[in-house]
Amino acid sequence: MKAIHYINQFFAGIGGEEKADHKPEIREGLVGPSLALNSMLDAEVTHTIVCGDNYMGSNTEEAVSTILGFLEGKEFDIFVAGPAFQAGRYGVACGTICKAVKEKFNVPVLTSMNEENPGVEMFKRDVVIFKGGKSAAKLRDDVKVMAEYGNKVLTGKALGPADEEGYFSRGIRSQVWLESEATAAQRGVEMLIRKLKGETYETELPIPKQDMVPIAPPIKDLSEANIALVTSGGIVPIDNPDRIQSASATRWGKYDISDIENLESGVYKTIHAGYDPTAADLDPDVVVPLDVMKEYLREGRIGKLHKYFYSTVGTGTTQAEAARMGREIVENLKEDKVDGVILTST
Amino acid sequence: MVKEIEKAGIPVVQMCNLIPVATTVGANKIVPTISIPYPLGDPDTPKEQQWKLRYHRVGVALDALTVDVDEQTVFKVKI
Repeated sequence: MKAIHYINQFFAGIGGEEKADHKPEIREGLVGPSLALNSMLDAEVTHTIVCGDNYMGSNTEEAVSTILGFLEGKEFDIFVAGPAFQAGRYGVACGTICKAVKEKFNVPVLTSMNEENPGVEMFKRDVVIFKGGKSAAKLRDDVKVMAEYGNKVLTGKALGPADEEGYFSRGIRSQVWLESEATAAQRGVEMLIRKLKGETYETELPIPKQDMVPIAPPIKDLSEANIALVTSGGIVPIDNPDRIQSASATRWGKYDISDIENLESGVYKTIHAGYDPTAADLDPDVVVPLDVMKEYLREGRIGKLHKYFYSTVGTGTTQAEAARMGREIVENLKEDKVDGVILTST
Repeated sequence: MVKEIEKAGIPVVQMCNLIPVATTVGANKIVPTISIPYPLGDPDTPKEQQWKLRYHRVGVALDALTVDVDEQTVFKVKI
């Protein structure tokens, strides 16, 4: 049995954010986490594919077709990507490549991510994604659950439902014979009785929640409107006065832009640890476009530019924290009767 | 954050590079940027060109705030 493993540039030891544009490559043998995978999987990991997270994110089609080209003609019985933990772009990359490999080669594909990873929501219906840890400290544990499941798949052992196996439900229903032999009618009535008694019961058909928000009414007259800038790109005054964390942020800041024409290098910078800061530090306007907003203000295209811009860091930040910070920022926007927001993210 | 702002009834445009992530998270109005580390200006191009690109894409975002949409929309950019 043979396996091929996909990892990013960081886990291949090539480099961090400054190397995130690394183009896909395939190496014979083991690199980084594939050592652990090879030791636990009942299959030989023959090749490791390495690709930079930004390259995969920004040049998805090229990256996927290059990698599928690498795999052409190679023998493999299973394809594994990650684990990606809470690393958002890595998770999306793992999901993207797993889905493409499954479609083209029809082999089992596995990956692992933390529940906060946006890759989960995007790919859990297409790919078996194990519920992974938050950081690389969980590398061995996360690889182990993937390998154990992979071994069952490779040897044709019976597989349990997603919850039991430890991966995110794909929303697939399969028919099973229950040991209790209770019919659906009996189970339904039993559930109803429990409900009437106020006892706990577990539905057999969970309905996934779709958490969309209603679209806010559009601005009628832009030339009268008060517009605010918000960013998750971590742009702050150079001394980071609010001590916003570089990752997994729980703090945000607001900075007065009423008297400046643009965000100057050396006065503002980014503290975001999730991307290469070189370009943003050189010209913070590429992340928070203050210079062109001031121009639009002069031209009268917008009526007013809200006095502050708001900033936090959107890497490793949990959805719950992001929502809480969002609500706090909204309070500020409402006070000044902001009519519309441009939110830039990196 | 986008959702909390929109929930408050304030129209919001998310400018970002990873469109599939924004749509999954639930942004309703999206304007694409050119990359993750430099969303609105490639440092390898002249300053004027960066400014033009930024001016154009932010302009698209401003217009997007005035558009009535009934579903998630990714707005088209020219440069």
